[in-house]
Amino acid sequence: MHTFLLIAILLLGFIITFQIARATEFVSIVQGEERTRKQSNRINAFLLLAFLIVGLFGVYWAHHTLADKTLGFDSSASDHGIKVDRMLKYTLITTGIVFVLTQVLLFWYSFKYQERENQKAYYFPHNNKLEMIWTVVPAIVLTVLISFGLVYWFQITGAAPENAATVEVTGSQFKWEFRYPGKDGVLGKKNYKFIDESNDNSLGLIWDDAATHDDIVSGGPLHLVVNKPVRLVIGAKDVIHSVGLPHFRLKMDAVPGTPTTLWFTPIKTTKDMIKETGQENFVFELACDQMCGAGHTGMRGEIIVETQEEYDQWMASQKAQYQKAVVEKKCLQLRPQLLPKTLRPRNLLIVLPLPLNPIQLLQNNLIYL
Amino acid sequence: MSDILHTHQETASHGHHADDHHHVHAHHKETFISKYIFSMDHKMIAKQFLITGIVWAIIGGLFSVLFRLQLGFPEESFPILETFFGKWAEGGRLRPEFYYALTTMHGTVLVFFVLTAGLSGTFANLLIPLQVGARDMASPMMNMLSYWFFFGGSIVMLASLFIQTGPASGGWTIYPPLSALGQASEGSKAGMDYWIIGMALFIISQLLGGLNYIATILNMRTKGMSMTRVPLTIWALLFTAILGVLSFPVLLSGVVLLIFDRHLGTSFYLSDIYIAGQALANEGGSAILFQHLFWFLGHPEVYIIILPTMGIVSEVMSVNARKPIFGYMAMVFSMFAICVLAFLVWAHHMFVTGLNPFLGSVFVLLTLLIAVPSAIKVFNWLTTLWRGNIRFTPAMLFAIGFVSLFISGGLTGIFLGNSTIDIHLHDTMFVIAHFHIVMGVSAFFGMFCGIYHWFPKMFGRYMNNTLGYIHFWVTLIGAYLIFWPMHYQGFAGMPRRYLDKSSWVSFNQFHGLDAMITVVTVLVFAVQLMFVFNYFYSIYKGRRVRELNPWGATTLEWTTPIRPGHGNWDGEIPEVHRWAYDYGKDGRDFIPQTEPIGDKESSH
Repeated sequence: MHTFLLIAILLLGFIITFQIARATEFVSIVQGEERTRKQSNRINAFLLLAFLIVGLFGVYWAHHTLADKTLGFDSSASDHGIKVDRMLKYTLITTGIVFVLTQVLLFWYSFKYQERENQKAYYFPHNNKLEMIWTVVPAIVLTVLISFGLVYWFQITGAAPENAATVEVTGSQFKWEFRYPGKDGVLGKKNYKFIDESNDNSLGLIWDDAATHDDIVSGGPLHLVVNKPVRLVIGAKDVIHSVGLPHFRLKMDAVPGTPTTLWFTPIKTTKDMIKETGQENFVFELACDQMCGAGHTGMRGEIIVETQEEYDQWMASQKAQYQKAVVEKKCLQLRPQLLPKTLRPRNLLIVLPLPLNPIQLLQNNLIYL
Repeated sequence: MSDILHTHQETASHGHHADDHHHVHAHHKETFISKYIFSMDHKMIAKQFLITGIVWAIIGGLFSVLFRLQLGFPEESFPILETFFGKWAEGGRLRPEFYYALTTMHGTVLVFFVLTAGLSGTFANLLIPLQVGARDMASPMMNMLSYWFFFGGSIVMLASLFIQTGPASGGWTIYPPLSALGQASEGSKAGMDYWIIGMALFIISQLLGGLNYIATILNMRTKGMSMTRVPLTIWALLFTAILGVLSFPVLLSGVVLLIFDRHLGTSFYLSDIYIAGQALANEGGSAILFQHLFWFLGHPEVYIIILPTMGIVSEVMSVNARKPIFGYMAMVFSMFAICVLAFLVWAHHMFVTGLNPFLGSVFVLLTLLIAVPSAIKVFNWLTTLWRGNIRFTPAMLFAIGFVSLFISGGLTGIFLGNSTIDIHLHDTMFVIAHFHIVMGVSAFFGMFCGIYHWFPKMFGRYMNNTLGYIHFWVTLIGAYLIFWPMHYQGFAGMPRRYLDKSSWVSFNQFHGLDAMITVVTVLVFAVQLMFVFNYFYSIYKGRRVRELNPWGATTLEWTTPIRPGHGNWDGEIPEVHRWAYDYGKDGRDFIPQTEPIGDKESSH
């Protein structure tokens, strides 16, 4: 009902506008077109000036009401983010000055040089000096901005420090998974053909590689240590995703088949941020920033930045994926009496450790029997 | 000197040749089909492009209204949506697939079908022969085919809206693997094939048109019309056509490889994929390769959109300020620089794809370099207004609005072109604000500017001025109200293409703002419908044009009859003696291009 009402109102508004517009045209013919034209010229010139003034005030007002809702320039939670914020600030100041200057000139000239009796346009086809100035000045300003930008760019995209921790981030429709290298500090080999979700191997870790045996896989939140550089090794299983970290001012695509990396040092813990923002429910969010399908909006991950002690404590409670996916299942397999009666295999053959037997098959039987 | 003379003689003989043609044509009896449907008159083809573009703009604009409803009022349900869209909007709320289909088609339709075909299709066809002094395009037949391939592409794209799994929904950039795998999304099923076929036809249309525009501009100028005398619209359309001819084939090859990946089992873009519980056999492809191919067109494409409007705005601004355009040669060279650099900046869309950082830095350099010619153009427009005697026709207002928006949107490009800042702002609402202002709304302003200005030439009638003024003011204010706040959403890190922020802690603070934007969008859309009404009403009922040169312009199109027939000039094609911008010279209001240089005339 509301919709129809709205459409009816719009339609009515349109008919009224149209009738007025038509009437003005008739009036102009009666009044003399030249007179009407000059009148509307004055009105529009005035409106342009009014638009400039109201518009500039609007810009100020938008800043006043909305700036608090943005991330600001001094709240970055990573070392790289500080550089990004600084760059952002100086670019905003530079472009802000140019913006105000050019918009003022545009609308002021429009108003000032509106058509007047006895006013002649000034024949001014070109002036090399002026043109040189506004070629060279923007070029210099841009060069300065580029130079700073590129210095930061190479720092941010350069190699991670030696002591950086490594965490692997994998995106798939529509979730994030994280893998920590465990005690050996090495992420074991994986291959997408080894992915086996029913057997707790959603990343395709290759168990033959001993380095995988202490790798810890988690669906989140991602735990990071404050003030310790971390290198994210980023990949995707199905389509392109993107690891977006607004509070750290960072972003890197997750591309299937082509691993990417991103390193940074978190400088504020989650608790620091709760204090700083005054937001009880504050949480570092990991947002997918590349269109990845119908569930794109919900592809959310969480990050907890904490002290080394807290991190160690949490890490101690984690179990390696190899344990979950292989070792524990083997135990169940070999000692069916540990299972509740209803789950015991009816066929004892299944539990025999056959040398050629792909263990996974048996496990399936065990679980579904 | 003798070279120049030689060229003039050649063009003169061309002109004569065309004359004979015209003579022959006059004996043909025009049927409805040859006049209105398979017309080979460039003016009629221009109208066909424009009207098809208007239809597409209404569809594409309506899509944006629909998905803005979702963004502004994510909790509400609108039963009327279910009435019209059935299963796509069950319970009056958009399904995510539908939302993404709408945004994808909004982008595709507006970028390609409206702002490429509808814009340069219209004005290249209308203005090139009229302003260079030719009876028609180099090949009227190819020109006609260009429209009909566009129409065919339109039909295929339109058809994709009605298939069971819906149209393409992976974003207008259709990045694989999302667009390559039907398992990944509903829209990547049959809808994607329709998209690709529609685009292939569209690209053929662009090539036929573009080659024709280039050939006409280079070969068919009338006597005396040297390249330094043509209006800036012609230069702009020439560079546009060159960009299109060189870059559209790359997109075509990109989507053909995509078709292969989709149906023939190749692995150009696919590698190491596990989807829907299944590991695919494809190995060794690169998903990023597609992005290179796409943006090799995609970036020139934004200049294909904006260059014609730069030409239109320069021309209209000069006419209505009663002053020559400031720095004609600087304008030409800056457009040339934009045209060249447009090919060298594509990877700035890919700073966060894992691109080699050194390569990235080269693209930063080239990207910010392209800001220099853009800045030159803005300063030249400002100086054109300075000490003018300005008439505010609706066309002139849109030209001024164009400059304002181009400044606003151009400056935010300096943020995104600098890779350090782009890491943070990439794929956020900031990008949406940037490109909608600088090439979406700006290009529309340029297009409206051209439509209001040349409507009298197209139809021999004027559009209603009052409606024109309302159209301008609501659209200008509305455009800023819609897109300005999005910068702040971007500064908050809010990603684009999120249809509901309620599950997020970081992006959930803009409720009232999003609702405001949606309400303004509905209003602005309604006013665009009013413009469309004004357009069609004025074709039949508008005030008649009674003078040959209603705006007091110097260019050749105003020397044709009020309603020119096929062939444009009744007698011989006029000869040109000067550049197009002698306004306010030697105390005279304007001197037409056809007037020989006087003895006492000052030189510029």
